[in-house]
Amino acid sequence: MEQFINISYIVASVLFIFGIKMLGSADTARKGNALSAGGMLLAIVVTLLKQGIVDFPMIAIGLLIGAVIGGFWAKKVQMTGMPELVALFNGFGGLASVMVGWAEFQRISASGVAGTAVTYTAIVLAVLIGGITFTGSLIAYLKLSGKMGGKATTFGGQKLLNLLLFVILVIAGIITSMNGNYGAFIAVLFVALLLGVLGVIPIGGGDMPVVIALLNSLSGLAASAAGFAINNNVLVVAGCLVGASGLILSTIMCKAMNRTLGNVLFGSFGAAAGGGAGAKVEGEMKPVSVQDAYYVLEAAQSVVFVPGYGMAVAQAQHAVKELGEILEKNGAEVRHAIHPVAGRMPGHMNVLLAEADVPYEQLTEMDDVNPIMSTVDVAIVIGANDVVNPAAVEDETSPIYGMPIINVHEAKTVFALKRGEGAGFSGLVNTLFFRPSTRMLYGDAKETVTSLIAEFKD
Amino acid sequence: MEIILLLFVFVLAAFLGFELISKVPSQLHTPLMSGSNAISGITIVGALLASGHQDFGGMAKWFGFVGLILATINVVGGYLVTDRMLGMFKSKK
Repeated sequence: MEQFINISYIVASVLFIFGIKMLGSADTARKGNALSAGGMLLAIVVTLLKQGIVDFPMIAIGLLIGAVIGGFWAKKVQMTGMPELVALFNGFGGLASVMVGWAEFQRISASGVAGTAVTYTAIVLAVLIGGITFTGSLIAYLKLSGKMGGKATTFGGQKLLNLLLFVILVIAGIITSMNGNYGAFIAVLFVALLLGVLGVIPIGGGDMPVVIALLNSLSGLAASAAGFAINNNVLVVAGCLVGASGLILSTIMCKAMNRTLGNVLFGSFGAAAGGGAGAKVEGEMKPVSVQDAYYVLEAAQSVVFVPGYGMAVAQAQHAVKELGEILEKNGAEVRHAIHPVAGRMPGHMNVLLAEADVPYEQLTEMDDVNPIMSTVDVAIVIGANDVVNPAAVEDETSPIYGMPIINVHEAKTVFALKRGEGAGFSGLVNTLFFRPSTRMLYGDAKETVTSLIAEFKD
Repeated sequence: MEIILLLFVFVLAAFLGFELISKVPSQLHTPLMSGSNAISGITIVGALLASGHQDFGGMAKWFGFVGLILATINVVGGYLVTDRMLGMFKSKK
């Protein structure tokens, strides 16, 4: 039976591998997800066949409670709330690995027979990584859902405190690994939970795509460490796959911002508001009325929408889709240009626009849209800011210099939909708004787009 | 020996993970993330053992039980929400 279970674990691992692979391509993604779910089901079922599994009622109750809660949230969530839900699920996964490590530690302690240093070390790692994942994801959840300010929070002595905690962690970790001291183990758990909070608090909202991808990676590594603790190969493999793929996603996000992972995590970007804001801006922001904007749009042959987090906040995606349809009927070519780090989660804008039924073919990646930008009549920037800031290509003193942007400033006319005159999350002045070709449409993005639609219908 | 074997598997899986998703179109970043997030719920296997195995008793069992609930939320919610998202990514034409 043990053989059969292990072979089934191998099959499950293969299903995970194919699942991840297929998630990487649009045609196969849904099937890939189903395959990996099948792998998970297989792993769960054969585990129940293991010798020594006796308490089925307990298992059934646990599975039932978890499935009801998870299923309910998955059904209920709005697409705009996707980033925080993913963060929350991720945090639960991390905490689950902590509990698995803790249960094993408790079992060994209660048995009276000391465990090996290898097992203890694995338990320490599972609890450490899982603990950081849990509280880190929780803070990310609070920031993303707006229950906590999205700004980077820093305080004096933060680095010193982190260093101190790190030293405590290393000492407590070594003691736990050597002799399984319960007090030292609790210290590891406590410090890990604290480090997760302290690690994410100083990171601003705009850097959340990187943070979420990284936390995702960590939750995988925590599961892998738990696998070492209980000598289970499927945990090791599946956890490690997630760890590696999450790390890749984080680096893709970092590249899209032209920053290193270290800079995102420890740079407290956005805390020093306007620090080194670069050269003085010339010109002024010129507002335009909805009616005048309509006349320009009516004559436009090609229109590009550039959505950002502001579109998600205003829930404007359905209105945007409707305006896009009207423009198409009017004879214009319509595209949606999406920056890799627009929004608060990797691919955030794609999910929103897909929810609004925007055809897949209209969603264009940054690298595909930039070469044709100079032929575009009107670029409509909806709640995006830093990802369209020309300072990134022109102003060498700007903190975001070198970050790839969507070159909307090359379009013939730019309409920028914006709530007010303030700066974006990074606190940087966006020189795009001061360009001669840019016109500002102030107000709630959804209302503005809706009144544009009304103009067309009249 | 057991630990060496597991390490061996770990290292190979890491390389495989890096190779698997070197090039993913950005529109699939969210589903990829939430889908792989569901896979990290594999820790559910450990939680099943801890909450139902005869070797675990007292507190250890309850830790396992809490872990089981959390991991199940992660697994069930993660897969369902990924599927829901991908269902919307249909091409219209």
